[in-house]
Amino acid sequence: MSHLPVLAVLVPLVTGALVLLAGRRGLALQRLLSWLGLAALLLVAGLLVVAADQGPVLVYLLGDWPARLGIALMADRLGALMVMTTALLAVPCLLYAGSGWDRRALHFHALFQLQLAGLNGAFLTGDLFNLFVFFEVLLIASYGLLLSGGRGPRMRAGLHYVVFNITASTLFLIALGLLYGLLGTLNMAEMALRVASAEPGDLPLIRAASGILLVVFCAKAALLPLYLWLPETYARAPAAVAAMFTIMTKVGIYAVLRVYALLFGEIAGPLAGWAWDWLLWTGAASLALATLGALAAASLRALAAYLVVASAATLFIAFALAQPGTVAAGLYYLPHSTFATAALFLLIDLVRRRRGTAQDRLQRLAPLSQRALLGALFIVAAVLVSGLPPLSGFIGKFLLMAAVPEGAATGWLWGLLLVTGLMVIVALARAGSQVFWRAEPVAGPASAAPPHRLQLTAIGVLLAYGVAMTVFADPMLRYARAAAEQVLDPAAYIDQVRATAPGLRAPSP
Amino acid sequence: MELALASAIGVLTAAGTYLLLRARSFDVILGLTLLSYATNLLIFSAGRLVVGKPPVLQPGLDPTLANHADPLPQALVLTAIVIAFAMTAVTIVVAVRARADNRDDHVDAPAPEDSP
Repeated sequence: MSHLPVLAVLVPLVTGALVLLAGRRGLALQRLLSWLGLAALLLVAGLLVVAADQGPVLVYLLGDWPARLGIALMADRLGALMVMTTALLAVPCLLYAGSGWDRRALHFHALFQLQLAGLNGAFLTGDLFNLFVFFEVLLIASYGLLLSGGRGPRMRAGLHYVVFNITASTLFLIALGLLYGLLGTLNMAEMALRVASAEPGDLPLIRAASGILLVVFCAKAALLPLYLWLPETYARAPAAVAAMFTIMTKVGIYAVLRVYALLFGEIAGPLAGWAWDWLLWTGAASLALATLGALAAASLRALAAYLVVASAATLFIAFALAQPGTVAAGLYYLPHSTFATAALFLLIDLVRRRRGTAQDRLQRLAPLSQRALLGALFIVAAVLVSGLPPLSGFIGKFLLMAAVPEGAATGWLWGLLLVTGLMVIVALARAGSQVFWRAEPVAGPASAAPPHRLQLTAIGVLLAYGVAMTVFADPMLRYARAAAEQVLDPAAYIDQVRATAPGLRAPSP
Repeated sequence: MELALASAIGVLTAAGTYLLLRARSFDVILGLTLLSYATNLLIFSAGRLVVGKPPVLQPGLDPTLANHADPLPQALVLTAIVIAFAMTAVTIVVAVRARADNRDDHVDAPAPEDSP
């Protein structure tokens, strides 16, 4: 049995503990440990992607208990892709924080590693209660990251974020309690089988309990009625943390895709695919509203936060159509949108610090030093985010539209995607011209120091990801298609999990 | 027993939801605590309510659920209690700090000056 899946959780967990122990020995040692841990995690993520791409699901039985009794980690193509995205996103965030933020925020490096451990665990676990535990791990770390070194308004935004997420976690537990009472197991593969063979009388209850679960995931992923917490939180978060948080909405989307494709896939009988219709409509509505929010945003950070909501809504549309083509396009669009919005958050932080008291407010004109450099970076980031050719956003959206199945919905979905795309371009162009073109001349010598080279490197790395995803689109798309087919075929998945026998323990009857 | 437990869960949930929707951070934290109690009872009841049956295997008794209580929900509740406990501590710290910084424990307290 290969130990790769558990390493993706253990490496950041152990690194986080070591960083905490090194806390008294100065920042240099903490940074060194943090970078070593991240390098090891990148290696593990790379090996995991290669191993998952062979085809079979890697099943890791924790404590060597059979999957139906104990907790199993499962790494398929989708999970490996998410782990890789997380590790790649962590590199620029750590670079950016290394330019000075980690000096101000207590225990930044330890919390950052724990966040990575929680994220990877959530992407790899095959047990629903374990998913809840890893959600909590990543949320606890995110509270620390968001609030450490913060004052006043950030505390208020943080209180909202904490209370909202604890309430969502409580709902998660309620759903888990109901589902365990109905199905008698919390291993996802076993649950899928029991949903398929459930008594007709239990079906409405199962649907209600999994509906509560859907509300929880949509709250984390910021879908229509539940996205109001996001813009304020992300706009108040420190830049390196806001960039890392762009993967947090993706955790919710991942959980929806994993749980609902597995539990309510083709084999689920009467309940097959019941959630997708709801998600398509709410995804479309929240895409429209998020774009309006981006148009109306009064500050650059609020604009970027609404673009995070819009990208999550686009992913919901892609996954809710539940066709191999749309899911594959979504899986290509997911890392792209994560990197692109993260680049935007980092760039906005640089701009904001060079505009004096105007900060990132759009109504006020202000002088801006290093206008040419920041403006050029902004254009590349805006092209990435809005999905203009020739970069990766265009490929993702084009594939999604090409894969929308023929039918009554085709027309309005195309219209929605095109119109919201245009509105995002307008919002970004308006913000860019306000900040960069209408900037007043800088009075006297340049008022702010040029950006730290680590900060520029971090943004460069994120933009380079976008370019690399365009250049290597073919192998990535092949992987995404294979991942989509694997996710939408729960039967093979369940067989592989059940067939994995403990290595040392004699299986009990 | 079912009626008593179900009513307890219902009353705790109702009270928790009411407190959660109030405007002061202290009430909100109390509401979260009550909600987590209700959730713990709910998970506990997911293993079915039985009287006088141990959750560990006993010699001389068949290892079936007819003779034993389901041990898994009890383990789940233990995890949930620990997490809820830690979360309450975090919320209290954040609320106290927010109150000190904003000079008000209203959850939407206006900032003294709108700068980060």
